[in-house]
Amino acid sequence: MAKPLFLGIFENEEDVVRATRATRERGYEIYDVYAPYAVHGLDEAMGLRPSRLTWVCLVLAGGGFLIATLAQFWIGAIDWPLNVGGRPFNSLPAYLPVMFETTVLIGGVGVTLAMLIRARLYPGKPARLVHEEVTNNRFVLAMVQEDSSFDQIGLKTLWESCNAVEIRELAEGIR
Amino acid sequence: MSQVYSSLRKPLIGGHKSLGDVTDDVARPLERRATGLWWMAFLTALTVLGIGVIAVSYQIYTGIGTWGLNRTVGWGFDITNFVFWVGIGHAGTLISAILFVFRQRWRTSINRSAEAMTLFAVMCAGLFPLIHMGRPWLFFWIAPYPNFRGPLWVNFRSPLLWDFFAISTYFIISAVFWYIGLMPDMATLRDRTQSRFKKVIYGWMSFGWNGSTRTWVRYETTYMLLAAFATPLVLSVHSIVSMDFATAVIPGWHTTIFPPYFVAGAVFSGFAMVLTLMLIARKVLNYEEYITVDHIEKMCKVILATGGIVALAYSMEAFMAWYSVNHYERFVFLNRALGPYAWAYRIMVLCNVVLPQLLWFKRVRRNLIAVFIMSIVINIGMWFERFVIVVTSLHRDFLPSSWAMYSPTIIELATLAGSFGLFFTCFLLFARLLPFIAIGEVKAVLNYARPHPPSSDEKRVPTPPAGKGELALEG
Repeated sequence: MAKPLFLGIFENEEDVVRATRATRERGYEIYDVYAPYAVHGLDEAMGLRPSRLTWVCLVLAGGGFLIATLAQFWIGAIDWPLNVGGRPFNSLPAYLPVMFETTVLIGGVGVTLAMLIRARLYPGKPARLVHEEVTNNRFVLAMVQEDSSFDQIGLKTLWESCNAVEIRELAEGIR
Repeated sequence: MSQVYSSLRKPLIGGHKSLGDVTDDVARPLERRATGLWWMAFLTALTVLGIGVIAVSYQIYTGIGTWGLNRTVGWGFDITNFVFWVGIGHAGTLISAILFVFRQRWRTSINRSAEAMTLFAVMCAGLFPLIHMGRPWLFFWIAPYPNFRGPLWVNFRSPLLWDFFAISTYFIISAVFWYIGLMPDMATLRDRTQSRFKKVIYGWMSFGWNGSTRTWVRYETTYMLLAAFATPLVLSVHSIVSMDFATAVIPGWHTTIFPPYFVAGAVFSGFAMVLTLMLIARKVLNYEEYITVDHIEKMCKVILATGGIVALAYSMEAFMAWYSVNHYERFVFLNRALGPYAWAYRIMVLCNVVLPQLLWFKRVRRNLIAVFIMSIVINIGMWFERFVIVVTSLHRDFLPSSWAMYSPTIIELATLAGSFGLFFTCFLLFARLLPFIAIGEVKAVLNYARPHPPSSDEKRVPTPPAGKGELALEG
């Protein structure tokens, strides 16, 4: 059973960023903010840490680089040495293009897959929306209604002062 | 976060759009029935593609003896077309990745379609080496994998193998980058459509996207990383293509300026193709407020800059022919400029160097008909550039007794036409089935250089008086 959500619906990014920041300054934990596009500054207002996917990408790209380097040396110098114009079997400069391309391929495809796994996105996943217009023109600030200490009226006033157009509850949650 | 407002900057998107307007405008062409014009264009493209399929089937059945190649000129139309199409693709990645890295926010209205163009152009390009292999059903032999032929490995010192790695990596990364950008837009369409069938398809393609900021942050990080990868990748691809020539010891090919020369030429021709497509699309699909005259002008400036590099490369070739004191180099240059293929060289110089100079004039850059004609002229010129490089370097080699001329057969011409058919068939289907403009990205630049974002239809804010200054390029 997903937790019940308390939603503030906004019409533009400035209002939702302002409301998010104000809510967090009151000591609340933001559940999530839903937006039709990537709103810059919202992650900071929510207090999200920068994504660690860059590190995943670095490791994967490094792995791709190593695989390509070692594979080319093993194939070219050990398993199937081929004399081309008397050049050395370990011809590193000639291996650079494939090393670069493999680094990019594994790093790029790998980080995309890592993102999809981390964000739990997969083909055919049913969409669980907090609001029917959230992919069109509405910004939704969502809070979890933890217990009776949850100050609905205080938040409502705060959000309305930030031009919230609607405030609603979603008893069934989204997950 | 909203940008700092300056009256010197002009909004990127015209027409005081609200967020909902953007969704409506982009989704509208997908929701109405195909127009007669679209069907006419589609059927024409499909017919031309059909001619290409017949020609290719015939040459695969008979062998590549159906081409006009001979013992002296071993590369002709196929490699010319391959280099031409790969070059076209480069503009899409430049718009989507390099301009993203450099924070050029005007890219948002054109990046989706330019990237689609890249994918289709690379598909067309890939066909030519595949056909050239003679036995295309064994194409996978070029991939290094453990096999029962020895195992017989590929030669990692061969530029043709680098090409395989470069083109396939380029295609895969471009496709991933494009699809990642498409995901949020598929969610927008999914939540909008009334048709149950479309809802299932869009829902499947949107991977359950629900607009969560936690996902947006990861998405943006990934998008940035892909752009950072694609930036050197696109430069590497045409550099490696140029090494197919530059590592050979043929005068006219064996030059160190080839990589930058090819990359600049690729961007030059690619932007010309983007302009050809965009000028038609913005009219037919009513996207004049998204792809504005300012966008067209900026693309013309990129063409002018890369065209300048191409012109410099041509003059360096002439200079080095003289300065190197190499008889063969000198002969090849003179033969190119004054020999039996001088007509091709003249077309190339006229289309790529002389005529684009008109773009120095603002009046020309903002005249859509002039720009449209210019874009076609440049595409013709750049096709001839590749023809000149490939054929004139080969046809008179070191031994005068083996000198020969090359002219394409009807099969080769039909194959070239067929590749255009394939390109336009794919592009027309794309324009019909997928959002032509990146909805999510355009929404993010709506309030660029506006004091307040137009939030909804009732609360629309009048725009400030437009600044007189030039458009500031940075975001």
